[in-house]
Amino acid sequence: MKGGWFKVYAIVYLVFLYAPIILLPMFAFNDATIISFPLTGFSTRWFEEMLDKPALSLAVKNSLFIAVTSSILATTLGVFAARASTRYRFPMKAGLMGLIMLPLVLPEIIVAVSLLVVLLGLGVSLSLWTVILGHVLICTPFCIAILSSAFQSLDQSLEEAAYDLGESAASTFRLIILPLVMPGIISSLLISFTISLDEFIIAFFLAGTEPTLPVYIFSQFRFPQAVPVIMALGTVLVCLSIVLLTIAEYFRRRGIAKAGGKDTGGFL
Amino acid sequence: MTEKPTMIAFQDVQKYYGDYHALRGITATIRAGEFFSLLGPSGCGKTTLLRTIAGFEGISSGAVMIDGRNMEGVPANQRPTNMVFQSYAIFPHLSVGENVGFGLRRAGLSKAEMASRVGEALDMVGLKDYGDRAAHALSGGQRQRVALARALILKPKVLLLDEPLSALDKKMREQMQVELIRLQRQVGITFILVTHDQEEALVMSDRIAVMFEGEIAQLADPESLYRRPNSRKVANFIGTMNFLPAHILGESGGQIEVEAKGFGNLTLAAEQAPGAASGEGASVGFRPETLTILFEGQVASDREAMAVIEEVVYFGDMTYYDVKLDGSDAPVRISMRNVFGRPVLDIGMRTRVAWSPGALVLFR
Repeated sequence: MKGGWFKVYAIVYLVFLYAPIILLPMFAFNDATIISFPLTGFSTRWFEEMLDKPALSLAVKNSLFIAVTSSILATTLGVFAARASTRYRFPMKAGLMGLIMLPLVLPEIIVAVSLLVVLLGLGVSLSLWTVILGHVLICTPFCIAILSSAFQSLDQSLEEAAYDLGESAASTFRLIILPLVMPGIISSLLISFTISLDEFIIAFFLAGTEPTLPVYIFSQFRFPQAVPVIMALGTVLVCLSIVLLTIAEYFRRRGIAKAGGKDTGGFL
Repeated sequence: MTEKPTMIAFQDVQKYYGDYHALRGITATIRAGEFFSLLGPSGCGKTTLLRTIAGFEGISSGAVMIDGRNMEGVPANQRPTNMVFQSYAIFPHLSVGENVGFGLRRAGLSKAEMASRVGEALDMVGLKDYGDRAAHALSGGQRQRVALARALILKPKVLLLDEPLSALDKKMREQMQVELIRLQRQVGITFILVTHDQEEALVMSDRIAVMFEGEIAQLADPESLYRRPNSRKVANFIGTMNFLPAHILGESGGQIEVEAKGFGNLTLAAEQAPGAASGEGASVGFRPETLTILFEGQVASDREAMAVIEEVVYFGDMTYYDVKLDGSDAPVRISMRNVFGRPVLDIGMRTRVAWSPGALVLFR
């Protein structure tokens, strides 16, 4: 049976990858406090309980604020870097771009600990803004990766043509470049939003007294009776992440098609 | 015909990219209303020179004047030039009409005026009802026309065309050549075309500047360029030219006495040696169609030589013969129109060849 083992391998691989995630909604809708089989009955009470926990809604609010702010900042920085790396030549460009992309592969715990040490050393008190700082740091490389592909597929003579027809550098950027890379920008915003929303280590180290959603979830595991609520919350988060990533990829691909380029990468 | 006024003047234009000397002292003038071509192989600086007119490239020294005004420090968006890019650079997110009207955004026209100007421009390039179409759905030839309409709508003093036909297939290219000539006559704007295709330059231009390695090798009208190239390099770049080694015997009173292998001793007019000495030794050059293979019994109108046919290449309407003239070592190519009732000759036959000293060019 040719390829049979590959089929088995592929199935085992997918089960291993997705089984834990499928367990989330199963227990989220299960009518029991204890996480174990057999399932006892269908219930939506964990979702209801989830909605009236003030600490949880505060954590959600914190996380949303951090995610929105970091994704905007990281994408703005990403636009500058991607534009510079695709359009201009400058000394040590490769080295500089490498340094900017490095946080992509640095262990987050190292980033978190060293940021903490530096911030405490500088006497900065921990707050949501210190988390934002950390998240911008780890999101920016992803933004640059997405935006570089958007900027690269842009024909340079489009800019020259607009300039030639009387527009200034600023209005050329607004009228030609921005609309054409907009799908990339939206995709970059969504990806960094997703990364920031479920980031734990940096948030755990730098959040001070205000927990983010992942930090809150982690703290709740000390209480067995809270676990089904976390399962419900997890279900909501997984759905949200999938939706966001799909939208991001849709915009990235549309952007490349619009600029008449060829797809050369991406995350999905 | 009176001499037209100067539109563009290059005064000793130098351009360096780091150590690379891209433009080496370009001095030339382009007249108003002229169809002018910059012709040369890739890397000769022709596109760089065009971009110095548009303002996309600065120059290291010298001056670029447009209509009597020095363009130093004038940015591209304030120059009276518009450009058709090699890739056409059609804005993919705008409609055809929005693309064409893009340059009018700053003119402060009413919606109706704008629409009528855009309509006129589209009509001019034969895309009358295409205004609402999406730009990315156009064919290559249509993109080319949109790019033309967009560049001409501002009524620039000079239209710059950067290899505009190189992306089209042969048939489309020939059609667009004719259309461009017609368009240029209609609008009367100075057109400057960059091309590496010598045939395209000969067909379309009033005058051509042939460029090699950052310098203008020769600037002349197509006929002079073809008939009297001033160097072997120019002669080889434009069409086919035969060369036979020659020896200069003496010069006097506008006449040059030459001994050429296969042709014997001849007297050439001074204008038949347009080039400066190259140090490569003298030779005479001639185009394949300036020699004629004679019929049995046909009388030469000018001079005659004997030759052996070494190669025959049949093209339907033409036949190319490679023949070795008596007294010369290298074969030369002769192109003959195939006339009804006249046989194509075979390899190895001896034949008489008619030639004329007036058709020769002396290189020294």
